Amino acid sequence: MIDPYGLLVAPFVEFAFMRRALVASMALSLGCAPVGVFLILRRMSLVGDALSHAILPGAAIAFLFAGLSLGAMAIGGFVAGVLTALGAGALSRLTPLREDATFAAFYLIALAAGVMMVSVGGSGVDLLHVLFGSVLAVDDTALILAASVASVSMLAVAALYRGFVIESFDREFLRVGGGPDRALHAIFLVLLVANLVVSFLALGTLMAIGLMMLPAAAARSWAHGVAGMIGVATGIAALSAYAGLTLSFALDAPSGPSIVLAAGFFYAASVLFGPVGGLVARALPRRHLRG
Amino acid sequence: MIELRDLTLTYDRRPAVHHLSGRFEAGSLTAIIGPNGAGKSTLLKALAGALRPSEGRLDRGGLSPRDIAYLPQQASIDRGFPITAIDTVAMGDWSASGLFGAMSRASWRRASEALAAVGLGGFETRTVGTLSAGQFQRVLFARMLMQDARLILLDEPFTAVDQRTTADLLALVQRWHAEHRTVIAVLHDFEQVRSTFPQVLYLARESVGWGPTPSVLTAANQLRARAMAETWAPDAEPCQRGAA
Repeated sequence: MIDPYGLLVAPFVEFAFMRRALVASMALSLGCAPVGVFLILRRMSLVGDALSHAILPGAAIAFLFAGLSLGAMAIGGFVAGVLTALGAGALSRLTPLREDATFAAFYLIALAAGVMMVSVGGSGVDLLHVLFGSVLAVDDTALILAASVASVSMLAVAALYRGFVIESFDREFLRVGGGPDRALHAIFLVLLVANLVVSFLALGTLMAIGLMMLPAAAARSWAHGVAGMIGVATGIAALSAYAGLTLSFALDAPSGPSIVLAAGFFYAASVLFGPVGGLVARALPRRHLRG
Repeated sequence: MIELRDLTLTYDRRPAVHHLSGRFEAGSLTAIIGPNGAGKSTLLKALAGALRPSEGRLDRGGLSPRDIAYLPQQASIDRGFPITAIDTVAMGDWSASGLFGAMSRASWRRASEALAAVGLGGFETRTVGTLSAGQFQRVLFARMLMQDARLILLDEPFTAVDQRTTADLLALVQRWHAEHRTVIAVLHDFEQVRSTFPQVLYLARESVGWGPTPSVLTAANQLRARAMAETWAPDAEPCQRGAA
């Protein structure tokens, strides 16, 4: 007999670290989901994935000098992420290689360098933390960081919403009209990296993109517009975070993969049952309209 | 007035437009014609400010980017993007209302009117993914109506568009001409050019002819254009013209 209270509520009532983890991952959802929606609309999912790994060497250098300090690792990761974003962007403009290839090259190098640094300088446990995250070890610094990034990110998306939509839909139109397409793109990359850094602290470098990408991809099956997608994605992200933490507590499993698996479940359910182009909705025999 | 002085546009040092001089008068309606690879799209891109001249000058006569509406040959638009027709048209208003500003009720009304003007009244809430190619082209024309630009650049706007849509959109072009906007369109259909466009630039990397349509659209010019477009030297030397 499963006790719903014991499963769904008690962990968060009884344990402070679960409450922290819940608040941190809620903040994460609010910040990540809108950025994730623009990420997939710009067809930059792979770039986002590459950037999430590029954060690792920066965080690892900070880890070697400052130990397991989340603040230092966040700063190191942010610097490394922004440098990679700008570097890969510039390199793909200067060489005949496309951006996706350049980003893939950068991310492989970054991931390898990061893992080497952590392995040589730290322990196997440290490496596991870095790769898969430790949302259950979130401290005050990380909590404040997550809340700040989420706030800044939401405000920025709200203020620049129109610009982001136009730039994602038809960049050339904005550029020819004298619009700030480069600036918008740069701001977007900074928001992306900032959210990935927080995500990295909670979910680890391999899963960091999970709470950004999966809810946004799932939202496409529910909404016809960008604003609707952002709303649905945020809801799914928050729900995944809660479900993932509960699962992780019940099964004594790492929180990062649990949360991402929960998001994956919602993604699969959306693709199957979502009303906008969902597979079931398409297969259902419905009479066509008159006109 | 837009003036070109000895304008050369290149890709990888190869000239796509070579030593072109002339002018588009303010309020003129010009068709750019010529064989494939003649530099028509390249010239339009440069006029839109999306490509820098390699040599020579391109003087837009004080037009700012916001005065220019440009419809590329294949707009780099993802048609699967979750956006409605009316929101797409409303984008044309961004330079007037600002990237941060909200659109006024009058602007939304203008967007609706623009949709109606291209024959898509009632299509406001349709997402662009559900429109046909011709309908989507109409939406892009409506967006240009919204832009209220003084210079309008159209790159093969009627390719893959049926006769009726073409006729409707040509009527819009004539309306722009009547409103004294400068319109420059790359076209292939000589009949269209003869019936609607008073001025022609016949381009084959260099100018074959530029002026009133009847005097430019001649059989002799067609032969010259064909000959000029088909010369391509794999071991071309640096061009010395204008260097001395």
